[in-house]
Amino acid sequence: MAELKRTCLYDFHVSHGAKMVPFAGYEMPVQYPMGVLKEHLHCRAEAGLFDVSHMGQVLLRPKSGDGADAAKALESLVPVALMELKEGRQRYALFTNDDGGILDDLMVANRGDHLFLVVNAACKADDIAHLKAHLSDTCEIEEINDRALLALQGPAAEEALATIVPGVTEMSFMDVEVLESDYGDLWISRSGYTGEDGFEISVVEAEALALAAALVDQGPVELIGLGARDSLRLEAGLCLYGNDIDTTTTPVEGALEWAMQKARRTGGAREGSFPGAGIILKQLDSGASRRRVGLLPEGRAPMRAGTELYAAETGGEPIGHVTSGAYGPSIERPMSMGYVAIENAEEGGTIYGEVRGKRLPAIVAPMPFRPATYKR
Amino acid sequence: MKFTEEHEWLRVEDDVVVVGITDHASEQLGDVVFVELPEAGTTVSKDDEVAVIESVKAASDILAPIDGEVVEVNDAIVATPSLVNEDPMGDGWFFKLKVEDLSTLDDFMDEAEYKDFIG
Repeated sequence: MAELKRTCLYDFHVSHGAKMVPFAGYEMPVQYPMGVLKEHLHCRAEAGLFDVSHMGQVLLRPKSGDGADAAKALESLVPVALMELKEGRQRYALFTNDDGGILDDLMVANRGDHLFLVVNAACKADDIAHLKAHLSDTCEIEEINDRALLALQGPAAEEALATIVPGVTEMSFMDVEVLESDYGDLWISRSGYTGEDGFEISVVEAEALALAAALVDQGPVELIGLGARDSLRLEAGLCLYGNDIDTTTTPVEGALEWAMQKARRTGGAREGSFPGAGIILKQLDSGASRRRVGLLPEGRAPMRAGTELYAAETGGEPIGHVTSGAYGPSIERPMSMGYVAIENAEEGGTIYGEVRGKRLPAIVAPMPFRPATYKR
Repeated sequence: MKFTEEHEWLRVEDDVVVVGITDHASEQLGDVVFVELPEAGTTVSKDDEVAVIESVKAASDILAPIDGEVVEVNDAIVATPSLVNEDPMGDGWFFKLKVEDLSTLDDFMDEAEYKDFIG
């Protein structure tokens, strides 16, 4: 196994009592002394700071100098409309493969003459190779290796960040801006992975420690580890790449139709012409045989990833399985998401998860399990 | 009080053995969110999986440390799983076992030996 990498905030985490674990090739903080449950609740009540510097930051610069050419080029790899994405705005996207499977999910920001992409840590090398293989004729693909990425999430996030960069109060959900600060230029988006209002902040590594310390020095901000990050995103109904979506799941099976705008669908202005379009457009028009759904177990036992799902309390073959499952500290009950046969995907229906040899009932439930509090 | 390598503690009260998990185990598990206990009256053999505990991190089995009959379980930790974190060596006990021969407890670690064991 290759040696684990560290983000530039490694010592900062350790000095704050973090328990470090291997994650996507990095040593990352899974929790701090507060513990997963309290970290989760703190982020929802006040604000949490997450080091997400392991994620990939990529600039896509069109050789023509016209930002629209980068959007047009990237559209050939994602079933997402990027030509309509306005400058200063960000959008969720998916790299698909020729089978309609998902190679990664990512954020794409329009920064005028270029695009800024944030991709998953575990996928970033493959994503960059994929971009270079397909877009090098028209774009320069530059991986950013000298910037850290922080996420500041929760109801007190705006006030905390505004003490450093007052301009953030003007931003709405999914806005992106480059703002000057005492910590150099900050690439800020009003977004995140918790269902809370908040920001993701790209900062030069040389200033990252000082910025993180300045944020944590403010009363409401606590460091939050990967453990709470997972329960926060699951309550928010957000997919974890590698668990809930991967190369074996299509965007339609993954219930991600909302990420595929009309322009790229059948009859749209730029219909198809992305990898796997044949399969994905057919599924958009006539449905897929299985679907990702939310599940709320009726009892208190969590149904974790891998739990087999059944239509009935006894007999029959599995109709699917759980891909993420945990206890939801804010909803105060267990929650799961998973794939089920389309006949069993209707909200409100009861299905059964096999936990330790017993089939326990769970309700097919809408997501998010906890309403998001984005600043629209 | 005696301790097992599975991080359980055993305390003799009259003729029954009270079983719980140690402070160390509770810290390692993290916040407990679910507990499933056996029914009173169940006869168990050493190393049987008699209870389940789920934390925010993972599920773990609680093994019977010794042969015996479950005579009482702590329903309070089923209703309030966080008790296991708050007071693992006291109010967070799991179940009481009636055992044939209390002398078999002599094989387990005492507190000093357990402290060495967990380093």
